[in-house]
Amino acid sequence: MNLYRYASPATFYPLAGRLVPWFALLAAAFTAAGLYISFFVAPTDFQQGEGYRIIFIHVPAAWMSMFIYIVMAFWSAIGLAWNTRLSFVMARALAPTGAMFTFLALWTGALWGKPMWGAWWVWDARLTSELILLFLYVGYMALQAAIDDPRRADRAGALLNLVGVINVPIIYFSVKWWNTLHQGASVSLTRAPSMAQTMLWGMLVMAIAAWMYTIAVALARARTLILERERQTEWARAVIKEEA
Amino acid sequence: MLRFLTAVIRRDILLAARRRGDWLTAQFFFVMVTSLFPLGIGPEPAMLRTIGPGVVWVAALLACLLSLGRLYADDHRDGSLEQLLLAPYSNALLALGKAIAHWIINGIPLLLIAPVLGIQFGLPADALAVLVLSLAIGTPVLSLLGGIGAALTLGLRGGGVLITLLILPLYVPVLIFGAGAVDGTLAGTGAEAHLSLLGAVLVMAVLVAPWISALALRVSVE
Amino acid sequence: MSHPPLLSAQDVACERSEHTLFQGLGFELGAGEALLVRGGNGRGKTSLLRILCGLSQPASGTVHWRGAPLARVHEQYGREMAYVGHVNGIKDDLTPLENLRLAADLGGRALDEDAAVAALEGLGLGRCLDLPARVLSFGQRRRVALAGLVMAGALLWILDEPLTGLDVHGVALVEGLIRDHVLAGGMAILTTHQPLSLDGLTPKSVSVGD
Repeated sequence: MNLYRYASPATFYPLAGRLVPWFALLAAAFTAAGLYISFFVAPTDFQQGEGYRIIFIHVPAAWMSMFIYIVMAFWSAIGLAWNTRLSFVMARALAPTGAMFTFLALWTGALWGKPMWGAWWVWDARLTSELILLFLYVGYMALQAAIDDPRRADRAGALLNLVGVINVPIIYFSVKWWNTLHQGASVSLTRAPSMAQTMLWGMLVMAIAAWMYTIAVALARARTLILERERQTEWARAVIKEEA
Repeated sequence: MLRFLTAVIRRDILLAARRRGDWLTAQFFFVMVTSLFPLGIGPEPAMLRTIGPGVVWVAALLACLLSLGRLYADDHRDGSLEQLLLAPYSNALLALGKAIAHWIINGIPLLLIAPVLGIQFGLPADALAVLVLSLAIGTPVLSLLGGIGAALTLGLRGGGVLITLLILPLYVPVLIFGAGAVDGTLAGTGAEAHLSLLGAVLVMAVLVAPWISALALRVSVE
Repeated sequence: MSHPPLLSAQDVACERSEHTLFQGLGFELGAGEALLVRGGNGRGKTSLLRILCGLSQPASGTVHWRGAPLARVHEQYGREMAYVGHVNGIKDDLTPLENLRLAADLGGRALDEDAAVAALEGLGLGRCLDLPARVLSFGQRRRVALAGLVMAGALLWILDEPLTGLDVHGVALVEGLIRDHVLAGGMAILTTHQPLSLDGLTPKSVSVGD
């Protein structure tokens, strides 16, 4: 019963408002710790030199890009099954952050690729999958932007999201298959030959920081979306008057 | 049930036959796009043979998308889509029928034109056969998945461009397995693995896509 | 007449882009009854009809056909209900007769061609049988859609502004059709901005968004 109470926008809005600063604070703390480990504690890699340190950003970003899409699909499925508006709002609030992490993973991959492979872009299976994931995010956001009626935008986006999530493994498999046929095994960013314990810790701390950041940003964005949609209701009017 | 399915298919074929101009556009688009590649790249035979399968497949994807924009749009505009949705049969059956009709009208002609385009790219006979076979298994998937996009973008501003954005990423596996099958034949490594994977994708698309298209139609018509 | 109601709506509400068009709407309709939906422009008449057809979901409330929610009886309801919306739902590239044939095919019915020709002629389309619907006037296309309605043989008719675009003669014809249908035990739900005269029949009425 309690869960249903939090599914109501009027309850969720102030709760999210109280949570956002905490998650933001945690995100800042973990980022500071993670960056410290990545730059000062983790040893220099004997093969890849200092350049490898970009994996502390790249790997968590790549993880997040996949996770967020799956979390969005989870909210979309719940929204479609139980018709809970808050779930659609959560899926929608997560999308820009997911796209941002996907872009970040691509960007850092390119930065890493230049010294390692001698090229900004290599059609590596992981990078290619990330690129297609970015297209999926863009498609989702473009569809929602094109629909004026929020009810339709929610549902249409959720359906596309679910089709996408069914497809992600197939796309990943097909790209990997294509990659092995067309070129030999390439050096992979995530399969560094000697992954020191401290490197793993650095990545984990950065991944937690990314989670905290995602939660903070998604909650803040969800609050805005809710206020926009509920602006006709009494509680939202009261909130707007209070905050103005 | 089967009767409704064939009624939907017959209906769309009849309507396409009354509007042959619209129907030919996508086919000519397919021919023109593929013919532009040698002009952009140069007539070197070995190069053309290498890129041929990929070019024909990519052009097939685009030609398919071009005609998908109208899959439900005309019916939506004149109100007959509502009548179709209210028909006493499952909406998934309607979506399946529409996809099959789209494949018959737009997919099969691609299969017939493809060998000619393959010859332009200097593909040998066995590769041509595999090209047609891969298109025969792959193009129904394009129609089925595309139906979802067409249903989602129904009646939206810029729906035609939007559908490309939504659907092209989903077409990636079909492109890889389809063009890969022809590449495999050219390289002498065989096409069976690619074709069976393509077949698996087709089975999945038949099982899943009509339901999602039906849900998307309900969402868009509401 | 105490037939059990075939169609019943309870506490139906409808929202469009965040504001409520109507709420708490309810009615019951049995065989041999007609319902007139009243309300000004943009008050949700069309939205209500679409909810009653099962094309849209109400924001809250339920609609039952023969005691079961609409979503549960999609196929049965599809056979027993016929809807003519704002747009006619006829294909411009086909002749009126082909349109009726198509509708029958999709509804899983066999079309009695003679009856279809008679229905079209009865609606004053005798001279247009071989013309594609594209060249017909708005009112004539409306009549084709209404001929389709007659041929559908449905128990419940849901009509959105059936009189729009019809001339005086056409209005009288359609009023006659509706009256005969209802007096023969059928049901009709309609909206109209024009005065409606159904001799010997007093429709129930509901108002939306007042």
